[in-house]
Amino acid sequence: MAPPPFVERNDIVSWGRASREVQRVARPGFHDELPGLMRNAGEESRLAIGLRRSYGDSCLNGGGALIDMSGLDRFIAFDAATGVLRAGAGVSLSEILRLVVPKGWFLPTTPGTRFVTLGGAVANDVHGKNHHGAGSIGRHISAFGLLRSDRGGLTVTSETEPALFASTIGGLGLTGVIEWVELQLVRVGGTYLNVEIVPYDNLDAFWSLAEESVQRFEHTVAWIDCTSRGAGTGRGIFSRANWIDDRVFDLHDDKSWKRIPFDAPGFALNRFTVGAFNNLYHRVSSAKRGANRQHYAPFFYPLDALLDWNRLYGRRGMMQYQCVIPRENQREAIAALLDVITASGQASFLAVLKTFGDLPSPGLLSFPRPGATLALDFPFRGETTLALMSRLDAIVSEANGALYPAKDGRMSGEMFRRSFPRWEQLLKDPAMNSDFWKRVAQ
Amino acid sequence: MNIESQRIVILGAASAIAQATARIWAARGARLVLVGRDQARLRAVAADLAARGAAQVDCVPLDCASADAGAELAKMVETLGGLDILLLAYGALGDQAELARDPDATAKLIQTNFTSAAAWCLAAAGVFEKQRAGALLVIGSAAGDRGRRSNLIYGATKGGLARLVEGVAHQLAPLGARAVVIKPGFVDTPMTASIAKKGLLWARPEQVALVIAAAGERGGPVVYAPKFWLPIMLIIRHLPTFIFNKLNI
Repeated sequence: MAPPPFVERNDIVSWGRASREVQRVARPGFHDELPGLMRNAGEESRLAIGLRRSYGDSCLNGGGALIDMSGLDRFIAFDAATGVLRAGAGVSLSEILRLVVPKGWFLPTTPGTRFVTLGGAVANDVHGKNHHGAGSIGRHISAFGLLRSDRGGLTVTSETEPALFASTIGGLGLTGVIEWVELQLVRVGGTYLNVEIVPYDNLDAFWSLAEESVQRFEHTVAWIDCTSRGAGTGRGIFSRANWIDDRVFDLHDDKSWKRIPFDAPGFALNRFTVGAFNNLYHRVSSAKRGANRQHYAPFFYPLDALLDWNRLYGRRGMMQYQCVIPRENQREAIAALLDVITASGQASFLAVLKTFGDLPSPGLLSFPRPGATLALDFPFRGETTLALMSRLDAIVSEANGALYPAKDGRMSGEMFRRSFPRWEQLLKDPAMNSDFWKRVAQ
Repeated sequence: MNIESQRIVILGAASAIAQATARIWAARGARLVLVGRDQARLRAVAADLAARGAAQVDCVPLDCASADAGAELAKMVETLGGLDILLLAYGALGDQAELARDPDATAKLIQTNFTSAAAWCLAAAGVFEKQRAGALLVIGSAAGDRGRRSNLIYGATKGGLARLVEGVAHQLAPLGARAVVIKPGFVDTPMTASIAKKGLLWARPEQVALVIAAAGERGGPVVYAPKFWLPIMLIIRHLPTFIFNKLNI
């Protein structure tokens, strides 16, 4: 059967929505269509994409073509006794949870949204609040299918193809089309967590809370109030949690009625509304201080309740800045970054600070490494935003840190190469490319 | 949730709408027979449905448009030990310009969308008549509600099929069995992949699937999917000809 056509679309944007180029997209419904879609890829590069939760341009390929994998969303096999799941790369984490949670299994680690595909999770080697205990998701991948323009369809494991395995985990989709993935799930004794909320007053308090918490809690994360300056810099809410073993298995609901129906005007998020929001969040969370029983959906995926929350940033979109600072430099560098951010007044809605553990990430271009990661959103205001981020780059670079490609739409080639010194070893498929790669590596 | 597994045959089981509907039934523990042309695709769909909870999934590779409907359906009913639902989900859109040029292509489209479909509907009606129970679900199209220049052959086949299903529903009603024609509007599926414009009127296959699964339980003989097409098509059907003729739809 003929593969589906590549169609020009002007509504294909990444999560940040700051870049709006026309994209040529085909959406296969079956794996047998992929070889046809890879034909002539030498002349026009290809990139497989999922649900486009990457913020910048790592999921775009203007001038080339995109293969939308979201139609390849079939489960291949699930063993409820061992927790081994094999599924098409287009299956979303949300669908996986719907299948496995009632049987007492959960994802080994999960990013802050369940609306990403399995293929995208592998291609970005995503991490979650349990990084100190579980590492990145790549550590839990036992095998995947990869379709390459030069070698055809391959089954890749860390034993059979170690270099290709390491290249593809976190490889941003550049090593070929990830067709299917085999994942080891983890047992849970219920769907609720015991969540402890600890408000804290400054960065020093954060570091001691983080150190103390990783011993006793499986999940840790902190929210930072970026509008608080001076002695209160880094003020925030520390949240830490463990699963409750009560055999109650309630599923999440994907019928999110709280949709953002249109783009907010560009001025909706300014330093006053954001400041007010941050204050409110701080007060509400402080009121909830102590331990609470919470379902996994609001704990892991608070923003998924607002399906299109990125539209709050208006038509110009937003950019996220996420960096990791090695442990030996984390205290100084995070403080310096927060100083620049709070002084800029461009502070965002949500700033998240989390310490990574020591478990090595298996990918050549994996982002997580021992240290601390800071993530913030900025409404995109052109040059002002870019200039601020360049100042942050200088601090990150000085501290031997790295930026996260999944969140990036603007880092320089130099910054990328410093972040991922082994980048030249990537076993890139000559036919695959992305706007991100063209920008930082070519 | 059904206590006994429902026994369901799906014709055109690899189509996007059929798959989305089958997932709902699989999660309820149904026993399914998947019918379609491509064995490998059917197997991929079957593995997915089995993982999602289907009690049994069998694949029957068959070209529904040319098969002996009565004989083939009898075999499937025997495998399942009866039949609760038959979903007819295969069909072709065709290219209006090509159809206008090529009478053979037109005949083929009519064979696929109407003639063969009618044979399956009548075969299923026979089974349900004997059982005095069961539901025939047929995917029609809002395009069949009024003849339009942009897809007059496709619209005619789907319009004819809708009339047939209404008739079968009328025939089955006194016996306690049902027939329902489900009429989707624009759905984002491989069938419509080359149409670039996706707007507010476009639905996802999952939305249509919910309507089909509900039709498997009750209602009929005509339902629109999503339901907002009911008032739209009511207006389109009743537009005076002098206005309708000016519309380029």
